[in-house]
Amino acid sequence: MTYLLQHVVNALQWGSFYALIALGYSMVYSVLMLFNFAHGDIFMVGAYIGLFVSTGLLLLGTAGAVTLPNWLVLVLTIILGMALTAVVGMLVERVGYRPLRKAPRASAALTGLMIGITFQTLNLALLGAKRRSFPALIETATYQVAGVSITNTKIMIVVISLLLMLALDQFVRRTKWGMAMRAMAVDIFVVPLMGVPINTMAALTFALGSALAAVAGIFFGQAYPVLEPYMGALLGWKAFVAAILGGRGSVLGAALAGFMLGFIEIFVAVVFPSTLRDLIAYSAILLILTFRPYGLFGEPYSARLRL
Amino acid sequence: MALLEVEGMTHYFGGLRAVHNYNLQIQRGEIRGLIGPNGAGKTTIFNLITGIYRPTRGRIVFEGEDIVGLPPHRIAARGIARTFQNMLLWRHMTVLEHVKVAHYARIDYGLVGAFLGTPRRRRQEAEFEERSYELLRMMGVERFANKVITELPYGAQRRVEIARALATEPKLLLLDEPAAGMTPEEMIEMVDTIRRIHSMLGMAIFLIEHRMRVVMDLCETIQTLNFGEVIAEGTPDEIRNDPVVIEAYLGKEVVT
Repeated sequence: MTYLLQHVVNALQWGSFYALIALGYSMVYSVLMLFNFAHGDIFMVGAYIGLFVSTGLLLLGTAGAVTLPNWLVLVLTIILGMALTAVVGMLVERVGYRPLRKAPRASAALTGLMIGITFQTLNLALLGAKRRSFPALIETATYQVAGVSITNTKIMIVVISLLLMLALDQFVRRTKWGMAMRAMAVDIFVVPLMGVPINTMAALTFALGSALAAVAGIFFGQAYPVLEPYMGALLGWKAFVAAILGGRGSVLGAALAGFMLGFIEIFVAVVFPSTLRDLIAYSAILLILTFRPYGLFGEPYSARLRL
Repeated sequence: MALLEVEGMTHYFGGLRAVHNYNLQIQRGEIRGLIGPNGAGKTTIFNLITGIYRPTRGRIVFEGEDIVGLPPHRIAARGIARTFQNMLLWRHMTVLEHVKVAHYARIDYGLVGAFLGTPRRRRQEAEFEERSYELLRMMGVERFANKVITELPYGAQRRVEIARALATEPKLLLLDEPAAGMTPEEMIEMVDTIRRIHSMLGMAIFLIEHRMRVVMDLCETIQTLNFGEVIAEGTPDEIRNDPVVIEAYLGKEVVT
């Protein structure tokens, strides 16, 4: 029992990464009806931005300028990381997708792949193939709760991720932008006629998704402090699976499916050898999709082509 | 000066000429009708005026300024709103939310305000909610405010769509077949409602309609369109008796 609970904690942490990234895929899909295949690499860029911001802030301390406490460095890293990665996301939209707004969807999908590869290779070219380690900003403390050991890092990751998802939910429900996003998800044709600028909404959607991916990247850096240029590829694809499993364009679905994916992966590895983990986990998802082809919360008619 | 002035507007879809040398003048507060057989180009004209399409040739002047080439949201913000023949509503969203989204251009609290819930945001939200309720009341659908749009009867959905258009505070309201698919009783109520909002808000209305009762009852002047060209323009009586219109649109037999 204790043994299983321990895995629940790990699954929640992995689930947080997947959910934060999947939300970005899902929001962009629902608003603009396109899969932003560069999103996994935006997550990678977010992790690196977090790395540079935190290293920079720590350097301020060693250079003797201002010594900031580590928790403050972490908070600033998250805030600046979100903001800067949001800018990257908006650039991707502006440069990669906006000119193709009226092009066939397949072209836009290809653009996403190109941008992703560009990010990876740029990273390689500029920083070299060497892996980089993310500075540990939290002094790890381990708590024993009912025989389960939980680190403060894990608690922080899960709690902040959940809070961000709640904030997003409120944003989408209650603000004019959120309402306009939901309206665009149903029918983009009418939205500008109600005075809503589509380009602003597109940029905002990319910004929000990228900011969440940045948080995932920074948290990933805290949990597994090794960054490399291709880290976004596998994790990004898995989060994409979560977005599909949740139901294309469903924000709630993406978050839940992200956590579900974390649980499936972790618990498959409990029962089976870990080398078979992804094989079994993703076969199971394929099976789920066979019976629920629109995902957990998707709708059959969301496949209607727009734009 | 006319509120809206369209001059020599022509539009091609590829090689197909959808609208040819179209002219229109709408005065402030006027109600004008646009009729014509299916495929005559009526909805295309709405799409051209609202900026969904850009005319191949011609000028569209609204309040003295050429609006050709402006993005649809800017045209909407200047005061042209519309409804759609096939009611493009947002399922999943409540009636109140439909009307609130249409206030977008008028809500000016920032993103930070949205997240922090500043007093300005609360004040504006309250103000726009109140206004939204008012519009729903005006359209007689206030009781559905918190229902999801798809739960409403058809006629009520049409009314919500008009309330949504009104929320952008239009100076010109384009109604694309507001009475389509309605029973005769609903149709009469709709005519009354349009007349009421017109007298309360005083905007100009340009409406497409197939039901002759509606156009003849509401409009001061009517344009008849056939194959993308205006073939007749005049008062309901003139249109009713114009042999060209009768032949093109109403059929060879005289309709009263």
